[in-house]
Amino acid sequence: MGGKCLPLVQEMTLLLEVKNLHASYSARTGEVCPALSGINFELGPGEILGVLGESGSGKSTLAASLLQLLPASGKIRQGSILFEGKNLLKASPQDLRKIRGGRIGLIFQEPSSSLHPTLRIGQQVSDVLAAHMSLDRGALNEKTSQLLASVFSVDAERISRSYPHKLSGGQRQRVLIAQAIACGPSLVIADEPTASLDPTTQKEILQLFRTLRQNLGLAMILITHNPALLAGFADRILVLYAGRVAEIGPAAKVLSSPQHPYTVALLRCLPTDFDEDQNARRTRLHVIPGDPPDLSSLESGCRFESRCTERMEVCKCDEPAAAAVSKLHEVSCFKFAG
Amino acid sequence: MQPLLKVENLVKHYAAGRSAGTKVKLAALDGVSLSIPSGETLALVGESGSGKSTLALCIACLERPTSGNIWFEGIDVTALDENQQRLLRPQIQLVFQDPASSLNPRWTALDIVSEPFLVQRHFTKPDRAVRALQLLDRVAIPRKMAARRADELSGGQKQRLAIARALALEPKIIILDEALSALDCSVQAQIANLLLELQCSLGLTYLFITHNFAMAAHLADQIAVMDRGRIVESGPAENVLRSPRHQATRSLIAAMPRFIETPGVLVHS
Amino acid sequence: MRYFIRRALHAVFLFFGVSLLTFLFSALTPGNYFDEMRLNPQISPEAVAALRAQYQLDRPLPIRYAHWLNAVAHGQMGFSFAYNSPVAPLLWVRARNTLLLTATATLLAWLLALPLGICSAARFGRAPDRVLSWTTATLLVIPDLVLALGLLILAVRTGWFPTGGLVSVGFDEFSALQKLRDLTLHMALPVTALVLATLPMLVRHVRASVAEVLDAPFLRAGAGHGLPEHKLLLGYALRAAANPLISLFGFSVGTLLSGSLLVEVVMSWPGLGPLLLESILARDLYVVIGGVLLSMVFLVAGNLFADILLYWADPRIRTAASAK
Repeated sequence: MGGKCLPLVQEMTLLLEVKNLHASYSARTGEVCPALSGINFELGPGEILGVLGESGSGKSTLAASLLQLLPASGKIRQGSILFEGKNLLKASPQDLRKIRGGRIGLIFQEPSSSLHPTLRIGQQVSDVLAAHMSLDRGALNEKTSQLLASVFSVDAERISRSYPHKLSGGQRQRVLIAQAIACGPSLVIADEPTASLDPTTQKEILQLFRTLRQNLGLAMILITHNPALLAGFADRILVLYAGRVAEIGPAAKVLSSPQHPYTVALLRCLPTDFDEDQNARRTRLHVIPGDPPDLSSLESGCRFESRCTERMEVCKCDEPAAAAVSKLHEVSCFKFAG
Repeated sequence: MQPLLKVENLVKHYAAGRSAGTKVKLAALDGVSLSIPSGETLALVGESGSGKSTLALCIACLERPTSGNIWFEGIDVTALDENQQRLLRPQIQLVFQDPASSLNPRWTALDIVSEPFLVQRHFTKPDRAVRALQLLDRVAIPRKMAARRADELSGGQKQRLAIARALALEPKIIILDEALSALDCSVQAQIANLLLELQCSLGLTYLFITHNFAMAAHLADQIAVMDRGRIVESGPAENVLRSPRHQATRSLIAAMPRFIETPGVLVHS
Repeated sequence: MRYFIRRALHAVFLFFGVSLLTFLFSALTPGNYFDEMRLNPQISPEAVAALRAQYQLDRPLPIRYAHWLNAVAHGQMGFSFAYNSPVAPLLWVRARNTLLLTATATLLAWLLALPLGICSAARFGRAPDRVLSWTTATLLVIPDLVLALGLLILAVRTGWFPTGGLVSVGFDEFSALQKLRDLTLHMALPVTALVLATLPMLVRHVRASVAEVLDAPFLRAGAGHGLPEHKLLLGYALRAAANPLISLFGFSVGTLLSGSLLVEVVMSWPGLGPLLLESILARDLYVVIGGVLLSMVFLVAGNLFADILLYWADPRIRTAASAK
């Protein structure tokens, strides 16, 4: 079970094309904080893109922006989001509502609070179906049972009648997945779907995603801060830092031979596999010196410059553009420019 | 050499509603025994619901066990009354998973770190301020952040603050209940280094509770695996990692996402 | 179930407690009904003494209380000196009139408060919300008395509404439709006064509860699934905001008998309020106790009703209750 890299053949119609996306938040004091600056990426049908980013990188803003679910203080300033050929940013509110849940499924963080506390699970799944399909009550119930049975191997009936507070974290996450795939979308965006779960459940959820992709041909954008999660799961990885794309390329390449200094430093922070090196136990781990930049008061130049071990003079003045280091692998760093 | 902390046959039952007319009891801890020598780190690994947090609360004297004994430096803590336990509390400190809820967001960093001093009433006001600043230095929180409110700090800084607060009363043992789990990977590395460094310089003992086997493997001298309220396997870290015997341990190790390098391709184990 | 049995026992205990206290306070206040008579030189002291004996006012307190309890157990609530009739029928008539007023007003207030509060919360901070907030704040500041008086002045000046009472003279000869019209006209002003008095608070509570819920992650998740806005607001947000509102509703039910005293007195509505006021001033003991107890029953029942509704509406409360 390897991490296959689906070749992005030019002839294949792209499912999603994000071009030059800029989004920002305005604080009550009037300060504008650019959460996303110039995001570019593409996604083909059935492909899994892993978005790797830490707190403050803009990953949740990216998830929210794709479906224009930013809070009141957020705004998309620039750019285009082409989904199945249509620009989502220019879509009418009715079209947008049909796409949300209908063509693009969304799994937010925090399974514990993403479900309504006083409605039964079956009801909440039915509501999603009812919002996009006109089915009679019988057909609705039938489809709900089928959906829950596809994510819960046992006990789907009992879960359908239960309330969220009676379910474990893993079970709630499965319900969110059921809601996201209910209407047969072609893309699912999952924002930290396994963050609060323990390892066995994490593994089960990832396996569920794999099965769904296999059976339904789902494309996925999986947003996480844990690189290890994407190993063997994602086809391509996009590394986000301070609202910009640091690196994007085939998952295997990005994880085994990262090019951007941030990616290199991030992957070095992980504790080494104890099988590999017994002597590395209880020693200092590599860290990335400094802190992520304060986006409300950005200076010119590369955003990673102050923490970069390979910085050059030019890094202080300009922001690097994306440069190709190999086929399908791009890095935004002056090391590779020109 | 007697161990710093020794737990013997700890049992903790919770009432969990009624079923068919009789009260249902939940055995959160079902006969747990472990011991930690002074200056070492014991990593307690297990799935959610295995009883790890309950064990932490009992050891920190925040919950009374149903039966069993806990010895701290040779003293039977379970046999003490409320007041006597309170005297011991400074020596056993807790750091929780979510710094946003374990720190009062409206207090400044300095206030949070000084709070334990207020409870102890031993120090004068200038003395408290000096000690508080020293604690912030120790956990590498820059002095200019001392006057900032807790909700203005980053996740990593909040957790450092929680550790500083735990250090205030010079404890012998710190229980870290999933203290790194909510942090980004690079921040986890920073905090892990801090913990190792503090252990080296202050001779602290750690009970490191986590479900992240990789970090447990990195930090621990000893590993104990918990499953459904019992310790199913324990021993020196290398032994447990190299040759796990119990099924629960093996499945935890298998579930750990790891990079296994084969040329050019990374595989999920 | 045990939960509600416990609450019911609580209510019974409350009943005894309140009745005892009311009895004590009333009996301990200096003077009694017949003191007024004593001042009248035309009535001989012996006649007064005889009357007092007849009404058992010369017996010690505990015995009077015991007699009264006995009477209540048989469905009678004592005797009114002023009206010279049993208390119970007196109270029922007046209570019915009050309920007519307050039930209508409460229903209207809630029916208005819910949509106003929800719309306000949905457009939080924007123009419509600000206008509503300003209006409710102003109404809250104006005392109920001033509102009632203002409406009375309106009635007097325009002559559109009757200035008091339940029905016009000759009510019994009206046809059914005329009776309805007459009653409605008489009710219009007191109901308006009550609604204006209670609506602002309700609107603000609804707005606050719904606004708090609108930020919740499950609503964003619902929007992410493409649920239509009306479903999100009513089916999801309102349901989640229901808990504090249910408690408030229980309180509304609880004050059905006691909340309208001022308006009734000012607008000459023959309800429980004026009766209670008169009786307190005249030291008509058993009427006072009867009135207070009736109000208390409603208050307790209202709270119990709210608890039952909460238990039914929120599964988390059901789980917590069964765990005890």
